[in-house]
Amino acid sequence: MNEGTHHAPGVSDESMGEQLMIAAFSLLFFPLVLVVTLVIVLATFGKSFGIRHAYVGLLLKVFEACRYKVQVKSGYGGLEATDDSEDEDEEVNKKDEVVLDAGDTQIIEKDFELSATKGLEKPSWAPFKKEFELSDVLYFSKCGMEAIIDDNVTKRFSAEELPAWNLLTRTQKPHQFMSIRMTLFWCIGCFVRYMMLLPFRITIAFIGITWMMISTAFIGYLPKGSFKRKLNRWASLMSFRILVRACSGVIKFHNRENMAKSGICVANHTSPIDVIILSCDNCYAMIGQAHGGFLGTLQRSLARATAHIWFERSETKDRTLVAKRLSSHITTENNLPILIFPEGTCINNTSVMMFKKGSFEVSSIIYPVAIKYDPQFGDAFWNSSKHSWTQHLLQIMSSWALVCDVWYLPPMIRKENESAVAFANRVKSEIARQGGLVDLEWDGGLKRATVKESMKGVPQEQYSNILKVD
Amino acid sequence: MGTRSSMLQEEEISEIQRETGFSSNQIVRLYSRFTNLDKSDQGFLRRADFLRIPELAINPLGDRIVHAFFQESATDTVNFRQFMRVLARFRPVKKNATKNKLNDREEKLKFAFKMYDLDGDNMISRDELLNVLHMMVGANISDDQLGSIADRTISEVDLDKDENISFEEFVKAMERVDVEQKMSIRFLN
Repeated sequence: MNEGTHHAPGVSDESMGEQLMIAAFSLLFFPLVLVVTLVIVLATFGKSFGIRHAYVGLLLKVFEACRYKVQVKSGYGGLEATDDSEDEDEEVNKKDEVVLDAGDTQIIEKDFELSATKGLEKPSWAPFKKEFELSDVLYFSKCGMEAIIDDNVTKRFSAEELPAWNLLTRTQKPHQFMSIRMTLFWCIGCFVRYMMLLPFRITIAFIGITWMMISTAFIGYLPKGSFKRKLNRWASLMSFRILVRACSGVIKFHNRENMAKSGICVANHTSPIDVIILSCDNCYAMIGQAHGGFLGTLQRSLARATAHIWFERSETKDRTLVAKRLSSHITTENNLPILIFPEGTCINNTSVMMFKKGSFEVSSIIYPVAIKYDPQFGDAFWNSSKHSWTQHLLQIMSSWALVCDVWYLPPMIRKENESAVAFANRVKSEIARQGGLVDLEWDGGLKRATVKESMKGVPQEQYSNILKVD
Repeated sequence: MGTRSSMLQEEEISEIQRETGFSSNQIVRLYSRFTNLDKSDQGFLRRADFLRIPELAINPLGDRIVHAFFQESATDTVNFRQFMRVLARFRPVKKNATKNKLNDREEKLKFAFKMYDLDGDNMISRDELLNVLHMMVGANISDDQLGSIADRTISEVDLDKDENISFEEFVKAMERVDVEQKMSIRFLN
């Protein structure tokens, strides 16, 4: 989208009096309408001039340039650690030349992992029985300390740390003053994002949502049949494509031959935006809790055009009811494939967490999809405990762009005698492998809840098993 | 973001650096971890903040490890300074270390000793040992069996025959254990 260029004349004469403002506005009005129309028309046919790709390419170059600057600035790691330099013969001295390695945000290298299913992994313990020793507490203490410094779960629920700054304030944690040049870059970026991109995107999004509501309302009146389905498909693809353009989404779909036609489609979950991303390539039925407010209005309008499953809050606890409605949906002919996020919560795009077994019990064939966002252009993760849905949307729309990869994996079939849990895990690992995400067995529900008391039993049992008792 | 972006002051960093031996880069990283754990954004951690880490919460000695932080602070909150002092126990030891560092063998052993010393009287009684054993094995081993493990352990290390393990006896018992390695975390620089 070349929104930036058309705005440029309006920038300098901001303070020059009303007359000029009006003149500029009327001058800008026509090209703006033109651009918006162009975006809509292109979205309708699913075509692109490649402007977004060019924009993303340009951004990459800018980041590259800035990264180089930062690297030079902090290349020596400062003058610190004078009395420490000899203190570190045992500390791992890596990096230096590879400042921007992916592991750059790591604090320690762990020796132990305390896993929820396997307990403390200590290879030298494994096959032997031994007597209790006073020093056994050392393993547990060190393991606990390592978890305090760096653990695999809690960090999945906060924004991903980036190895390099992408000129967005929110991604640089202890944001230090870097240099006048960088600050200037940042200011320009801010101006472009908030004064040009954001209003433009909000306009587009507004049009997209209006279109979605109008079209679904109209389609809702049509009698059921193939015409309604076709029309719905066309209208839905169009409105979601417009919405994707409202966040400058650049999405690459891989292996489209594996796309689901019906049945259950499962994907990893980063943000409600996932739905928009996937829906601009295929139509899905959705399942979820009925929300209030803006999201609720959207849900109701979607439900008019085709069968979605929205639950009241009170019903979500009733698992058999959910399973029943789910299985009746997928057995009904001509129903759209249903899109499910079995993690049940948003994870920060670095890992896949435990899949709830529900959907894997209902169907023995599953269409997995892996979604991976490029964090450089903006954080797509919805930290629902910190930001409201509207705040999140605003954050996405004021980011640089939404760049992501979507992989359609070949359908997976539940093996004979395979439990739903095992099947869910198998699908999860496939998604993790394809998306380059860390495969975790922890429950995403830990975002809000603490671990169940019973989970302590696993490491206890594992330790007991190696103890020799009379 | 709000108060969370409050930054570490230079002098605070250098003070912590002097006290704990961490490099300033490590301190900044650990500070970012500290603020992440600090859900209430108040600049200190409570017990619940620690136990929200699942890997710590399922650690059989999780409560004891968390307790170590509150011993350092003697209140029901832990600030960053105190947090760092406890973490410093787990820094690797350099070979020809100067005395009185937080990460020397004796400090590491003290930390381990306190894991057992539930009432803080510098003695590990049979009851305390039993208690900790119970934390580690849960209901998988019977009380009788745990009792005989405790008896055996105490009789092996109790030199003055007072049925308790003092810190000196504990140090003696750990003589052949590579504490420096087992109680050191590989911090990246």
